[in-house]
Amino acid sequence: MATVRLSFSPAPVHVRTARLVGVAVARRAGVAEELLDEVRLAIGEACTRAVALHNQYGLADLVTVEMSDSDAYSVRVIDHAPIEASVGLTKLPPDELADESLTDEALTTGVGFALLAGFVDDLQVRPVDDGPGTEVRMVWPVQRR
Amino acid sequence: MELSLATRTVDEHTVLEVGGEVDVYTAPRLRERLVELVDSGVRNVVVDLGGVEFLDSTGLGVLVGAMKRLRVANGRFSLVCSKEALLKIFRITALDQVFPIFPTIEAATRDSDGSATS
Repeated sequence: MATVRLSFSPAPVHVRTARLVGVAVARRAGVAEELLDEVRLAIGEACTRAVALHNQYGLADLVTVEMSDSDAYSVRVIDHAPIEASVGLTKLPPDELADESLTDEALTTGVGFALLAGFVDDLQVRPVDDGPGTEVRMVWPVQRR
Repeated sequence: MELSLATRTVDEHTVLEVGGEVDVYTAPRLRERLVELVDSGVRNVVVDLGGVEFLDSTGLGVLVGAMKRLRVANGRFSLVCSKEALLKIFRITALDQVFPIFPTIEAATRDSDGSATS
């Protein structure tokens, strides 16, 4: 079992680093090559969401990404924003996507969650055990060599 | 790969060629360029995603924002995309029902009313 933990200050520039590390560990863990694009996108979306929440609440706390390949490849993205901020993560219907009244932030949040839900079969969003915050947990199967 | 942006004119259309990664870090530059185009009076915008290697929700939000801005100005906005990985993103988010998406620049610029796929 190998676990990689990455923590980064909530700045957009670091999301790419998290994506690159997440895909590198996924490849090493044995996630199928054809799933790696989805892994890249999902980790990016989860980290983007965490960074946006920290910025929204003025939190300088680090965002944490934990990758584990104990039996499947699991990734946990942990933020420390108030739980209520996570409410409203729903997929938007097409007729609302181009609605003039929808803010860019609301659109991006809705689309981001649609991508997470669409690309990750095994997805959980739950409160962290200690203090405020949410954990987005994603799991992908691995091929043992 | 960093974001790359290049603009060229095809007939009466302004084609913005986007390359590299469009994410939460680089999307503001794409937004800035699209706003500049519309503010400078451009009304037919084709965004060519042929060189895009990564596109996330922030990038999608910028594209929707540009489309809305052009709609208010009675302009036309369309996308060129033939990469299955990106097309899947549009399908999953239902944005394939929002944007006119063409497989080639020729198809996008040939379309006179910008709504052939809607």
